[in-house]
Amino acid sequence: MEERIIIAGFGGQGVMAMGQLLTYAGMIEGKQVSWLPSYGPEMRGGTANCNVVISSDDVGSPVVLDANTAIIMNKPSLDKFENSVVKGGKLFINSSLIDRKSERDDIEIYYVPCNEIAGELGNARVANMVMLGAYLEATKVVSVDSVLAGFTKVFGEGKAHLLPINKEAIEKGAEAIRKQAGVTA
Amino acid sequence: MAKVLMKGNEAIGAAAIEAGCKYFFGYPITPQSELPEFMARELPKAGGVFLQAESEIAAINMVYGAAGSGARVMTSSSSPGISLKQEGISYIAGAELPCLIVNIMRGGPGLGSIQPSQTDYFQATRGGGNGDYRLVVLAPSNVQELVDLIIEGFDIADQYRNPVMILGDGMIGQMMEPVEFKKPKTRELPPKDWATNGTKGERKPNIINSLYLSPEELEAHNIRLQAKYQKIRENEVKVESYNIEDADVVIAAYGTTSRIAKTAIAQLEKEGYKVGLIRPISLWPYPYDEFNKISDKCKGILTVEMNSGQMVDDVKIAVNGRFPVYFHGRLGGMVPTPNEIIEKVKKIYGGEI
Repeated sequence: MEERIIIAGFGGQGVMAMGQLLTYAGMIEGKQVSWLPSYGPEMRGGTANCNVVISSDDVGSPVVLDANTAIIMNKPSLDKFENSVVKGGKLFINSSLIDRKSERDDIEIYYVPCNEIAGELGNARVANMVMLGAYLEATKVVSVDSVLAGFTKVFGEGKAHLLPINKEAIEKGAEAIRKQAGVTA
Repeated sequence: MAKVLMKGNEAIGAAAIEAGCKYFFGYPITPQSELPEFMARELPKAGGVFLQAESEIAAINMVYGAAGSGARVMTSSSSPGISLKQEGISYIAGAELPCLIVNIMRGGPGLGSIQPSQTDYFQATRGGGNGDYRLVVLAPSNVQELVDLIIEGFDIADQYRNPVMILGDGMIGQMMEPVEFKKPKTRELPPKDWATNGTKGERKPNIINSLYLSPEELEAHNIRLQAKYQKIRENEVKVESYNIEDADVVIAAYGTTSRIAKTAIAQLEKEGYKVGLIRPISLWPYPYDEFNKISDKCKGILTVEMNSGQMVDDVKIAVNGRFPVYFHGRLGGMVPTPNEIIEKVKKIYGGEI
């Protein structure tokens, strides 16, 4: 088993944190993991992305060029990474901020209105966790419990009080996938 | 101790503190700035001193002073900053002082870029400073090995009274992987009776110096240094090999590039190709002898680097004409892809190059 993930969006959308949460969760579950950020002279509002590998064997290249999954939080990232997903892979699109459909017809595509759902929860900043919930529901690569176990490691003990709202966001994201599956089935 | 997820740069700092490093002198530069940042926060808690110097030149000379007093000391930088440190490194090698120098390489020449590269191989293994000196140069390929080599590196430095360089690239500095902190194999470390840590009125003052005005004395000093380097060559070679007795093509690569090579090899194996790997962990001393184990049927060695071909010179020395030596590299902070390596291996297989 090897899951190779690209997560991309604007700086400030929490794409690095999503990647770290998945990496922590993989480690907690005894898998081999790596997290590689894009780094550069970038800033809030610029583009940000990270590569995550979760594998049952040693991780070879930590650079993900051919992703099993791409998680896309904004439109420039969709343009950039849409074709990085391998045939049969999965593409998660934040439909709140991306007004076009994917042009791929050889992969599974999930449209998740992350910012709208986060807004309904009363905290716009958990849009990334909504998406993470959707990803976990659709792929089951790691468990929600493992992700939550890594929460304070990534965000620090000082953010422990935000765990409930983040948990709720993950649940709402999962719910969105279940609804979508119901519609298409 | 349980595994923790750490960024390479922070793991270097944590490993150094674990190894008893008490002094860190540095100057920030991407892509290694998280390391001085970590040391500024954590080293004082461990009873040590972090100091951001006014320049890289000052930092390496502070290392010279602290090492002379017998303390465990480290500095770090990235390529252009390491260039600035070369004079100090030569002095430290000449004065035979133990210390750890970390180079998280970025694209060059000059200020270049901040993206990962391996362009300082020559500088690290051939001596960027003046004089007939050698650094022990260790090149980790993942964050766990980075931690292990930092901890062992301090022991190697103390055992031989020699500076040790950890040579990584921007990728290993920036990436996060699980690590645990393990005790290294026990080495018998000589007492630091040469250190300038106060005579207490009980002995003659020790002198730390690299100046010998008499050529006879300097020659004797150099002969002693060379004997020490020979001992290091005999004892400190580190290498990982994979399937070289049965391979039709062997890839030579180090650091994170070797991981990209491993991904390529796994794909090639699925397609029925037999491809081996030699991954030097110590770049100096270089694992020349490992190449003697390669099967006679091997069609060629493909060296892959993030530069225009530097380690390939050592591969040619090691192979000594026994096999053709090919090269694939990306420049300027670009990273080779598994597909590029796969294509090249297939061409070697097919006799196309």
